[in-house]
Amino acid sequence: MDGLRIADRKHIGLAEMLKGGVIMDVTNAEQAKIAEKAGAAAVMALERVPSDIRRDGGVARMASVRKIKEIQETVTIPVMAKARIGHFVEAQILEALAVDYVDESEVLTPADEHFHIDKYAFSIPFVCGARDLGECLRRIGEGAAMIRTKGEAGSGNIVEAVRHMRAMTSGIRRLTLLGDEELMTEAKNLGAPYELVRWVGKHGKLPVPNFSAGGIATPADAALMMQLGAEAVFVGSGIFKSKDPAARAEAIVRATTHFRDAKVLAEVSQELDEAMPGLDVRKMAEEDKLASRGW
Amino acid sequence: MKIGVLALQGDFERHRRALARVRAGEPVESVEVRKTVELRDLDGLIIPGGESTTLLKLMEYFGFWPALDAFHREGKPIFGTCAGLILVARDVENPPQPSLGLIDVGVERNAYGRQRESFEARGDADLDGPTSLEMVFIRAPRIRRVGPGVSVLARHKDEPVMAREGSVLVATFHPELTDDPTVHTYFCAMAQRSRRPR
Repeated sequence: MDGLRIADRKHIGLAEMLKGGVIMDVTNAEQAKIAEKAGAAAVMALERVPSDIRRDGGVARMASVRKIKEIQETVTIPVMAKARIGHFVEAQILEALAVDYVDESEVLTPADEHFHIDKYAFSIPFVCGARDLGECLRRIGEGAAMIRTKGEAGSGNIVEAVRHMRAMTSGIRRLTLLGDEELMTEAKNLGAPYELVRWVGKHGKLPVPNFSAGGIATPADAALMMQLGAEAVFVGSGIFKSKDPAARAEAIVRATTHFRDAKVLAEVSQELDEAMPGLDVRKMAEEDKLASRGW
Repeated sequence: MKIGVLALQGDFERHRRALARVRAGEPVESVEVRKTVELRDLDGLIIPGGESTTLLKLMEYFGFWPALDAFHREGKPIFGTCAGLILVARDVENPPQPSLGLIDVGVERNAYGRQRESFEARGDADLDGPTSLEMVFIRAPRIRRVGPGVSVLARHKDEPVMAREGSVLVATFHPELTDDPTVHTYFCAMAQRSRRPR
């Protein structure tokens, strides 16, 4: 793309195909079936949903190979799986299993505190989380074919996802206003590749799709992120930690399509039971925040 | 000319960008279609790539099944890419699923494999004259059967990848992901010709 080194067009293309859709966290084949039946555009295989990882503590790793295969055999929609930040061997295993997307995710315990995975070395695409434009462009520079907000996974609280999405969109808007002579300094301040900073300044958007994750628990949350500029949403604990997973999954799918239509949003929300319990992010200890993992 | 892009889910935005590159004899306006009433004053409709199972659910829930059937019966052109092809095909396998049956082809879903097997290639096409097209195949379906009334417009390695029957055009690949407006220009010409004098 304009001589820019970014992920392959076919990989960015798969992210394009997921737009307007919902990617749901699932821990087994049965949940994957429910997600697909509700209209999920893809599923994310993981060992435990983020709220359980948060509760149980310990080291969170890539899902077991058996679980991933079971999920792949059960559904026809794309199957994604999480690898630990910097754990390129987990990513190699996921590549051997032919998962459709690797999420190099802060929800799992990082394997490397200095380096993220070199995503160009793989034949399958990667999605990475980001809190602001600098982090987002560093990940795209490493070859991520899709970006998502980190939010605060497993919190059932949308506030961090909103913060991250707003930081990205206002960062993008700012770049479009800068003169050519200001861009190198801005690249230095953002800690982001100059070529990508220039590209974003010229086009007013990211060169890869930008989705939202981390705290979506209701159809209204999903629509909020879409109205703030997300092009699709990931829902983690929000579905299978609620009292009505199948109905909630379906409602969130419909809300993501009709995110600007409050009448539809009211209609799809009316039959829903209680959402997952939420956490106040301000009362969370710094070391409990998943979003600060990765850099 | 007004072309709608079904925006329930999928790469509708890329189709709109592709339509913006078309130079027809008249300006081409594109709109996102999320409700059946939005089909009313269109000259043609694109059903984009996306997840066909997701699209099926949303089409059912929001009443698109009968609306698209009626749209087709009015003779208005429909262009389905990838998942869009799966939705308008006569029969679908791997696994079998309901479809609109607007074009007499049989398709197999995810027929090349998973994302690791997605690929780019060049193939030969005949769109009002011979041409060569850049083709991006993403978890693509394969056309396994072509009915007698269907003409094959493009091939990749001797396999049909683009076909047309009357007002319905389909492709297993994604012309909207390239900068080449040839395919969208061809579809807009179909829409132009199908229009009755007003």
